[in-house]
Amino acid sequence: MTLGETREGMQAADARVGEVVEAATSEFTAQCYALYDAPPLGSLVRCGEGTPVFGIVCEASTQSLDPGRHAIPRGEAESKEAGVFRSNPQLERLLYTRFRAISVGYRGADGAIRRYLPPDAPRLYSFVSRCDANELAEFSRPPLEFIPMLLAPQVSAQDDVIAAFLRQASEAHPDRNGYLISAGKSLAAALAGQTYRLGDILRRLQ
Amino acid sequence: MNGINGAHPDRSSGDLAGDSADFGGGRKPLGIVTSGSLAEGVRARLDDGVSTEDVKVGTFVSIQGKQKRFLGVLTEIELASTDDGVIAAPPDMGSPLLAEVMSGTTAYGAITVEPMLTLDVDALDGPQPAKTIPPHFSRAYAASEEDISAVFGDEDAGNFYIGNPMDMEMKLCLNIDELVKRSNGVFGKSGTGKTFLTRLLLIGILQRNAASNLVFDMHGEYGWRGSSEDVNEVKGLKQLFGSRVAVFTLDGESARRRRIPVDREISIGYDDIEPEDVAILKDAWGLSDVAADTAYSLRSRLGDKWLTKFLAHSGDELSDLAKELSVHHSTMSALKSRLMKLRRFGFTSEGGGGGSVKEILEYLNRGTHVVLEFGRYGNDIDAYLLVANLLTRRIYQRYVEMSERASGDVTQEPRPLVITIEEAHKFLSPSIARNTIFGNIAREMRKYNVTLLVVDQRPSGIDDEVMSQLGTKIACLLDNEKDTDAVLSGVSGNRKLRTVLARLESNRQALAFGHALPMPVVIQTREYGSAASYRELGFADEAQLRAQAERDVDALFGPRD
Repeated sequence: MTLGETREGMQAADARVGEVVEAATSEFTAQCYALYDAPPLGSLVRCGEGTPVFGIVCEASTQSLDPGRHAIPRGEAESKEAGVFRSNPQLERLLYTRFRAISVGYRGADGAIRRYLPPDAPRLYSFVSRCDANELAEFSRPPLEFIPMLLAPQVSAQDDVIAAFLRQASEAHPDRNGYLISAGKSLAAALAGQTYRLGDILRRLQ
Repeated sequence: MNGINGAHPDRSSGDLAGDSADFGGGRKPLGIVTSGSLAEGVRARLDDGVSTEDVKVGTFVSIQGKQKRFLGVLTEIELASTDDGVIAAPPDMGSPLLAEVMSGTTAYGAITVEPMLTLDVDALDGPQPAKTIPPHFSRAYAASEEDISAVFGDEDAGNFYIGNPMDMEMKLCLNIDELVKRSNGVFGKSGTGKTFLTRLLLIGILQRNAASNLVFDMHGEYGWRGSSEDVNEVKGLKQLFGSRVAVFTLDGESARRRRIPVDREISIGYDDIEPEDVAILKDAWGLSDVAADTAYSLRSRLGDKWLTKFLAHSGDELSDLAKELSVHHSTMSALKSRLMKLRRFGFTSEGGGGGSVKEILEYLNRGTHVVLEFGRYGNDIDAYLLVANLLTRRIYQRYVEMSERASGDVTQEPRPLVITIEEAHKFLSPSIARNTIFGNIAREMRKYNVTLLVVDQRPSGIDDEVMSQLGTKIACLLDNEKDTDAVLSGVSGNRKLRTVLARLESNRQALAFGHALPMPVVIQTREYGSAASYRELGFADEAQLRAQAERDVDALFGPRD
């Protein structure tokens, strides 16, 4: 194992959040190892090894493992929310958090990033990790060809997902404002004829 | 609508990655061709980084097609949008980010370019008139200096540096040899620099020695000195070119008062005045057509000295004469009272005059340029019309004779002559242009080696036929619609040039187009009036002349001890 591989492995381990539990060509769902550990809305995540697929988190949910047993209120006697989990330590095992990510690109065998759908859907049980700032900066460089994928109907709250992604991506670029302008122009092209919607998204970037 | 991105593959990434490719050979990129036609001009969408404030009507645009390079004039600038909703209900532009994102994408600038010439890289015969347009998505650039000099040529034997193209620091040249082959016009509202431009053109003709000049200098601007808005006084042709220019005057007294050296005073005899001269004064004198025609009858009735004889008629004699010519008595007396005005002019005399016409012709034939100063008669339009018409008619007759005698023998042909007239609409108005000599000269063009340089502020007052015969037109700012129409009539793409013409600066800027120029161009007239400008024009002051003379003497006789 070379030094580079070691570091990559460590980074991956640090940023790892869960595993793919449902996969399709255009999206995948991952279950988190820890309750409530889903990456924030709009985060860029990577799944799989070799030619990893990139996804943007568009939805997260927490529910009961057993479909027959719904969560019920348990904290009436507690003064703080944390007390609920202290008094009911089993909850950590009975509940789980999942998040859905839209596939927006992949890293080819040559190491270059492609900003369109991968040829194959991610495999189940692929490890899913958060992307670090460098990877985010690399992936989010304009033009953002994948924006139309985020505007697909299966994405709920499309505008918020895009705004959240651009907010995070802009932090990864040294010239934040310059980045937002050029990314905004990609968005304007994708939202031609929907000026109000464009304005609405841009307002969420401030 | 991802067509926007498709059309600009490198645009959005250009800012961040800094990898915008330059195919323009150092030219500044403006935009990309998106639509257009040969008749309406080519429309180009401005690049993201180019604001409509960066481009100007009348500047040159170079468009790189697949095989050809096109050179055109920017004729229109517009604001457009991919979304009609933006126009109907503009978004809240309180957010600077939204404004920046939308400009260049949803809302963008566009220019219309009238392609004028194609510059084929391999072609040996230089620029050709554009008979096609560049294909979709061709890149448009601001034209470079090489483009301009490839089209207009450099300053050399045939070319005269007249000014700079708008917003460029390079010399724009006019082909003087081509210029003098046709009649030309300089137009513009008063105070826009017509005189200034005309003076430059005359200097150009003199410097290149392309023709003899006869200038009817109404306001004393060309001969010895002229006025300019920047400096009080500028040198006239005589000061620059010395003995190559002769200044004639109608008013010796005024010249002496103004301490202007003149070569000759002109005197006009009554016998020199012909019915045609009366016809040209018809409008100025408020004469009816019948009265003007009566002058012809009078000449055939009274013979050569008709005017002197007619003015001697009085009372009953006049009535008899009227009866004899079957005109009304009042017509006859109106004509007489108007003709009496001629006596007021100090330069008229009874009898045959002083052979002034002959003298002027001799000067012109020797290759000397003649400026005729009007002195105090400059403000008297009657005097100007009379003298200019009378002299020109005589001179033109002589030229016709000389040309006919030469009958095709180029060596015997008279030297080309350019006659400069101001307030030209008075000579060339539709009602009289057919009958006056100036109308003839303008129409018959260079058949007899005589052409006109028409200077006027009301081109709409000039006969259409005459206007259409003018080879090169140089128009300073004109804001009257009729005048603009008149100047641009018959020019291809005139609707678009109108925008250019109406947006000229009010001074020292002119739109030039026509025979002597390969394509229309907005000229920032060159500087004239400073010592440096005189030197540039080849004028040597006294000390330099003496030094040159001494050098010549040394060269001839060997250095003195």
